[in-house]
Amino acid sequence: MNDLDFFIILLTSAVVVFFIGQAKARSRQESTSGIRLHSLPNYYGYLTALWTFLPALGVFLVWSLFESNIVSMLTIAKFTQLQQLSTDNLSLALNEIKILATTGIYYSNGDANINHQAAAVYSKYFNHSFNLKILVSTLLALLGFTYTYLRINPTMQARNSVERLIVYVLLICALIAILTTLGILFSVLFESVEFFSKVPITEFLFGTHWSPQIAIYEDQAGSSGSFGAVPLFWGTIFISIIAMMIAAPLGLIAAIFLSEYATSRVRATIKPILEILAGVPTVVYGFFAALTIGPLVRDFGYYLREVGVNLDIEILANLTVSTESSLAAGLVMGMMIVPFILSLSDDVISAVPDAMRDGSTALGATKSETVWKVIVPAALPGIVGGFLLAISRAIGETMIVLMAAGVAANLTANPMNSVTTITTQIVTLLTGDQEFDSVKTLAAFALGLGLFITTLILNIIALHVVRKYREQYE
Amino acid sequence: MNNTQIVQKSLKKRYAKERRFKIYGVFSIIVSLAFLLFLLVDIVLKSTPAFTQTYIKLDIDFSYKVLNIDPKPNYTKDELFKSSYRNLISKALYQLFPDVSSRKQKRALRKLISSGAQYHLRDLVIERPQLIGTSQSVWVLADDDIDTFFKGLIDRNLPEADRRIKDIQITWIDKLQSKDRIKRQFNASFLTSGDSREPEQAGILGALKGSLYTMLVTLLLSFPIGVAAAVYLEEFAPKNNWWIDVIEVNINNLAAVPSIVFGILGLAVYINLFGVPRSAPLAGGLVLSLMTLPTIIIATRAAIKSVPPSIREAALGLGASKIQVITHHVLPLAMPGILTGSIIGMAQALGESAPLLMIGMVAFVADIPQGFFDPSTVLPVQIYIWSDSPERAFIALTSAAIIVLLIFLFLMNLLAVLLRNKFETKW
Amino acid sequence: MNNNDIELNQQLGKTVGNPLVDGIPRMSCQSVDVFYNQDLQAIFNVSVDLAKNQILAMIGPSGCGKSTLLRCLNRMNDTIDGCIVTGKIYLDNEDIYTSNIDPVLLRAKVGMVFQKPNPFPKSIYDNVAYGPRLHGLMTNNSELDDIVEESLTKAGLWKETKDRLNKPGTGLSGGQQQRLCIARTIAVKPEVILMDEPTSALDPIATATIEELMYELKSSYTIAVVTHSMQQAARISDRCAYFHLGRLVEVNDTNIVFTNPEHGLTENYITGRFG
Repeated sequence: MNDLDFFIILLTSAVVVFFIGQAKARSRQESTSGIRLHSLPNYYGYLTALWTFLPALGVFLVWSLFESNIVSMLTIAKFTQLQQLSTDNLSLALNEIKILATTGIYYSNGDANINHQAAAVYSKYFNHSFNLKILVSTLLALLGFTYTYLRINPTMQARNSVERLIVYVLLICALIAILTTLGILFSVLFESVEFFSKVPITEFLFGTHWSPQIAIYEDQAGSSGSFGAVPLFWGTIFISIIAMMIAAPLGLIAAIFLSEYATSRVRATIKPILEILAGVPTVVYGFFAALTIGPLVRDFGYYLREVGVNLDIEILANLTVSTESSLAAGLVMGMMIVPFILSLSDDVISAVPDAMRDGSTALGATKSETVWKVIVPAALPGIVGGFLLAISRAIGETMIVLMAAGVAANLTANPMNSVTTITTQIVTLLTGDQEFDSVKTLAAFALGLGLFITTLILNIIALHVVRKYREQYE
Repeated sequence: MNNTQIVQKSLKKRYAKERRFKIYGVFSIIVSLAFLLFLLVDIVLKSTPAFTQTYIKLDIDFSYKVLNIDPKPNYTKDELFKSSYRNLISKALYQLFPDVSSRKQKRALRKLISSGAQYHLRDLVIERPQLIGTSQSVWVLADDDIDTFFKGLIDRNLPEADRRIKDIQITWIDKLQSKDRIKRQFNASFLTSGDSREPEQAGILGALKGSLYTMLVTLLLSFPIGVAAAVYLEEFAPKNNWWIDVIEVNINNLAAVPSIVFGILGLAVYINLFGVPRSAPLAGGLVLSLMTLPTIIIATRAAIKSVPPSIREAALGLGASKIQVITHHVLPLAMPGILTGSIIGMAQALGESAPLLMIGMVAFVADIPQGFFDPSTVLPVQIYIWSDSPERAFIALTSAAIIVLLIFLFLMNLLAVLLRNKFETKW
Repeated sequence: MNNNDIELNQQLGKTVGNPLVDGIPRMSCQSVDVFYNQDLQAIFNVSVDLAKNQILAMIGPSGCGKSTLLRCLNRMNDTIDGCIVTGKIYLDNEDIYTSNIDPVLLRAKVGMVFQKPNPFPKSIYDNVAYGPRLHGLMTNNSELDDIVEESLTKAGLWKETKDRLNKPGTGLSGGQQQRLCIARTIAVKPEVILMDEPTSALDPIATATIEELMYELKSSYTIAVVTHSMQQAARISDRCAYFHLGRLVEVNDTNIVFTNPEHGLTENYITGRFG
């Protein structure tokens, strides 16, 4: 039996006890024919099922979540040799022990003897834990069932109880949003604090040299490898600027054209087609940027350089050109954001009341004058809000920059050169071999924290502005 | 000069501006459409080589000696499994080109054939043991470089050092062609095999299955939870309550948080804290469901809001409880909107790759996953992995995988649009 | 067509009263038909004149086409998809629907005030200056200041707003907003002002102010006003036109229409038997 089997058993028993509860309610109704049931018999069934299923499931889930960690801790406690390992090596060893315990496959790193013993202990504890978990959950299910079953009688307010329970379940679901945010903060905060205890925050924020990949020897963590994140911030901002320079005018003007000029038929055809752009996965844009636009940009760069040499323009002649460039990434990202800005702008422009348009037209304004002098100023907060959301999106975009902008931390304003971004670095630092707790890994979490806070602020401002704007015209 | 004349004078300039602006509008739309077209055409063109594969006909002598087994009436599968089939191919090749003698040339000759061809022969023999002892003409898979060259994607006029295929190999290919021993054939293995380091053997079945399992987890978690959360917020949450506001701001913000942040959450919480297996569809689904939740909640709330209060009041007036009103009336009426939003959310999740890189779904997995706990990858991440590979043939494979992904997304969006159009009710 | 319709058509028939005015009219409609999307006719064969420096009130039950006709007079209907106008509408003997007439120029000459006050979300000053700036009616800023002051004064809003010209126009009260919209229209120095139920969104006191203003304005402009209120029509207009189901039933001097209507439908309406 594994977790999934138990879950299915639990679910099946919930269905079974539904009918038991329902039957008892029915029988009570018939035997004591004088009293009518408070609720329909089904509700007695639901109530029995819920009390059987929910507490058991809750315990089962929470137990499953923490079981692996607790078992690991217990295993470590058994072996002094493991306790003596550094945190990095311990996590490596633990991984091996887990793999050994679950699959029997052994990669011969570290102390084979200890690891084999530990794996045996790990399996033993894990089995104990699993059996105990099943036992406790089953007991809870039985308890819940008996408790409800015994109480079933015609005066019991089954429907009200069921509904109260349901509302609580709904509330818990709604709270998951908060749990997610807390989970994000929890994931990045502790590691970031640890990172900043090893690398001064000022170096991280203001340092201009980023090279985390330099080999970091044990006990030397933090003293080698440099974590000045300014080139990353710059790369992120630079690519976002390029993207917004493309997306903002194209998206806004297209939105205005579609909502103010185009006939409803043109609008109904063009809009869904442009929305395809929004539905294309970012990895596809990344591929396109890396393999098609990147080489085009590079060739254009070579051409510029040639022109520079011929015309003796020093800046052009010395241009650094590479296949991975901020221009290629920014261009493609800009096109990706166009439909996003288009639909947000379209929404806010349509929200401007027609009375404004009529007022301006009646004074003898042409359509474009009405657009630029009345509608856009009126819709400006909404448009700005949309732009902020778009910027937040550009900053957080990962695949395009990962595939097309490069990993070299250059501090350059040359759009033909490669730069790296916060998201790219998070991916490069966290994929590949995991040495948890190394400064390199911790740096990724610090970057994640920065990314989360930046986008959070942008999003909250943008959402607030857009909401206020909507309320104004509602 | 009176007003009329003043206005008249300015009109020409103003109308020129108007025309210019209109041209900008048309221009923006054309640029966007052209980009979309360029993207699609480029990918389709790049993908065409992936639909066929090059095969070479070899006369294989399934001799006992080469296979290193004794003649007997019946063989166990294990015996046949262990035999060396690579030598069958080498021998056939040497036979075909008897004048090749130096070790270096022999190696180049062997490289004509894909390293996967031997497994094909093995499966052939296991399936039909009666082949042993006979000599057969078999079409075997060519190496990816040969394949790329045969499709005309490598220029034979380039200097030898600049291409991945040697001059002598080209003469062999020409010879094979003159003997009708080389051909292109529909690439069925693209859809039926898992990932491989060798482009000619790589397929997307593993990634497709990984995506399927991941999407199942995502759907099973995010749909019920999302709908439940939306019902609570729309129907039960106290109005003008600060912590309900906090939840709402949270949900709206989560919809705009960069996807990679969810990946970090998945790595730190699911994998390191809760011990969910790395690279497994379960981990991927857990991460993606958190990302999809806000989309589903927002869509569901909008759909619930659009159900007119009169219907609620009518049901309440008949003595239905609030939950009954919701389950009997509000949710069924809002269902098309909820489904549309959920499908769009699922389509987003299907195309998502960044957070899955964080939880190890980027690892090379040749086996096809069989469940929620097996290491696997998903289609978009497969695209990322392939696009990162140096072999030229992977470009076509990547593009073909993109087309498969886009087809799935297109079908999902089409379904959403159809649902919306079919059930759209104007109250 | 059932009997009722035939009867109604006979009843509506030809416009009675006095559609033409003495001398040269400022504006003149001749046999105007308006269609929405070809199959829906909103105005049937309407002919009516607007005399210089007079107020023409257009009354009638809702949906009778009076607002539609008003919007034809400065081609605001151009902005509605599928709206077709046939017949002739003249402004100073020029057909405004011929191709050599520019709608922008026309609207500079024929201004319009709407049912709901619709100031732009800009300052009071910018609202009034909007038209002159569009059309380049001034050569420098002090001239613009003069135009703004003059227009606001004419609209009776100067005293209330001269200290807060930079405050948003949307912050004014409803009546003030409507006067701001009138000032905005006047600033372009039009010849004709069209008003589409300008007081229907206002309280009685603001309504009285606007009515006074209209009375003052007629010395410099030709005004056509659509109104739901017969009292208003009687109070302010020189001539009055009664519309019914897209037809112009009767038009004449206001005192004749209200004291001695020729047509039974007009009588029914002004005596309050329906409406």
